[in-house]
Amino acid sequence: MIIYRFDGSFDGLLSAVFDSFARREKPDALLTPDGSLPLFYDLVHQVETDSDKSGRVWRKLTKVITASARAALTSAFLTDNPEFPILALRFISRAVTSPGVSVETDFSDPAVLAVLKECRRVRGEAHRLLQFVRFQKAADGTYFAMIEPIFDVLPFAVNHFADRFSDQPFIIYDRLRDYGYHYDGAELKRVVISSDGYHMQTGLLSEEIMHPQERLFQDLWRAYVKSTAIMERLNPRKQRQDMPVRYWKYLTEMQK
Amino acid sequence: MTEATLEKLKILAAAAKYDVSCSSSGTVRRNDGSGVGNTVGGVGICHSFAADGRCIALLKVMLTNYCMYDCAYCINRRSNDIPRATLSVSEVVDITMEFYRRNYIEGLFLSSGVVRNPDYTMERIARIAKDLRLIHRFNGYIHLKSIPGASRELVNEAGRYADRMSVNIEIPREQSLKYLAPEKDHKSVYEPMGFIRQGVLQCQEDKKKMRHVPRFVPGGQSTQMIVGASPDTDRDILLTSSALYSMPTMRRVYYSGYVSVNQYDSRLPALKQPPLVRENRLYQADWLMRFYQFRAEEIADESNPNLDLEVDPKLGWALRHPEAFPVDINRAPYEMILRVPGIGVKSAALIVSARRYRHLNSSHLSKIGVAMKRAKYFITCGELVAPSIADTSPEYVRRLLTARKSRGENPLQLSFDFS
Repeated sequence: MIIYRFDGSFDGLLSAVFDSFARREKPDALLTPDGSLPLFYDLVHQVETDSDKSGRVWRKLTKVITASARAALTSAFLTDNPEFPILALRFISRAVTSPGVSVETDFSDPAVLAVLKECRRVRGEAHRLLQFVRFQKAADGTYFAMIEPIFDVLPFAVNHFADRFSDQPFIIYDRLRDYGYHYDGAELKRVVISSDGYHMQTGLLSEEIMHPQERLFQDLWRAYVKSTAIMERLNPRKQRQDMPVRYWKYLTEMQK
Repeated sequence: MTEATLEKLKILAAAAKYDVSCSSSGTVRRNDGSGVGNTVGGVGICHSFAADGRCIALLKVMLTNYCMYDCAYCINRRSNDIPRATLSVSEVVDITMEFYRRNYIEGLFLSSGVVRNPDYTMERIARIAKDLRLIHRFNGYIHLKSIPGASRELVNEAGRYADRMSVNIEIPREQSLKYLAPEKDHKSVYEPMGFIRQGVLQCQEDKKKMRHVPRFVPGGQSTQMIVGASPDTDRDILLTSSALYSMPTMRRVYYSGYVSVNQYDSRLPALKQPPLVRENRLYQADWLMRFYQFRAEEIADESNPNLDLEVDPKLGWALRHPEAFPVDINRAPYEMILRVPGIGVKSAALIVSARRYRHLNSSHLSKIGVAMKRAKYFITCGELVAPSIADTSPEYVRRLLTARKSRGENPLQLSFDFS
């Protein structure tokens, strides 16, 4: 059994592909730094991330698969599935060794199918950000939202908000990964907030820094959500299916 | 904007909740930088889900729930003794903008009871859309109800600012409609639908000749039918939908299981619960018509005018047509693969592209996402998965697929009565 270890970055993945060709090996596992070694193995190779190597693999990829397949691959790479790196390595290896045949639609290949499935999961999570980000207006006019997505998908979603709310300053902060984006009405900047205020701990603005009308609109929204439900058709299971409970913490309508 | 608004919003949201349309798709409008909001194309964005499991994408609210009509199935009918309220134009506009800025909603769905006369009501609806678009530079989604009986000029005015407009048919057959709502007829519904359609077609025509043509209802129109308030069969409903879908601008027909809101009215059936299963079957049938290339006559034929509540309409069709199966996964055209129960649009597309590389077998199929539990009786893939429906009988397959799993009791285990 041949084991490769890499640093967990996308460049690292591409370097691993390069190494497997240079060493004429087909690794059986590709582990991230926190992946643990199996009980038995023949060989462990530590992949050094090298932008020359990864660049060569990527340039080859641009010639053999379509842009949407490359986008699917980079999206899928954000998944938390520990099996995914080795499947991605197999996908890339197969793509670069099948000239003239586009392998990206061969869904009977587990590696191709894995790229599709993980891409769907990651993009689903990014879409859930568009759905469930809830802003609260602060007294200074900035809109604030806290999120805890399961994958690091804020960069996918943030441009949507900058386009939609182009005249309103906002902050969206990923609490799990401890970074966020600040939009000042003109420019979008990645920020890390070190303050330890009430709103950074709970995701909710306290009364002092809240806009005077914020409480009223929150109440209006809660009242609206409550009265728009038809009591004869209660279906809490469907509600939880479409709006996972892990999001409820920061949803205005689910508080109180 | 005060506490009084809160009470009004509660009343008018509750009054609007029986309208099921909530989609926010069908239009792409980028924010040009001068205003707030954009509309993403393709799939809409559902921002929340209410306790009844229905999505909340738009602020669905009525301008007023006073109404001059007395339709038997409607909660807001004139003769009902319920709290009534009216929101002012500025209140609707403010709530919409503030909700939108907090990412609560995708836009506004505005409906209204008919007060004074249809034109007066339509004018106020159009005013709100106009204010939102021109004064507040709002680029989000706006869905407006067209009031039956409103004049063409006002519908055209509203259409310039709306993304989607709708008129509800409510009752599929005219004689049932006249029985339940004597003041209405189908002409009053189809006429405003015609105005919208003509407006859209006119706009498309103008686009060929001129460079800048104002948008007109780019998201098309939708409508809704109440299920279970009248004796109409599913076949009546589906034939009506299918006729509507043949209109070039009709995007969606919604079905709303009748919730008995006016129990005292003896013209209506006394339902303990809304007919949820029937409603679900109708939606499944609707999907078959829109994405699976089924015709309404196939889904509910003359000998079976009502959909089978026990099995879904696609399985129902397959059981009535054993001669069409088994379908060879590796050879059959896409249209036939779509007809196999257990294979959806996504898996059918994956099958068709994957089979170009190698012969597919059942393990490939289940990994791709086919529900083999149902599909295995209707396919061949070069190996014996299960006796197909052609080798056995529709009754046998039906029995296997509808067998209830008994909870806590193992059918293979004999149970002894020890008492």
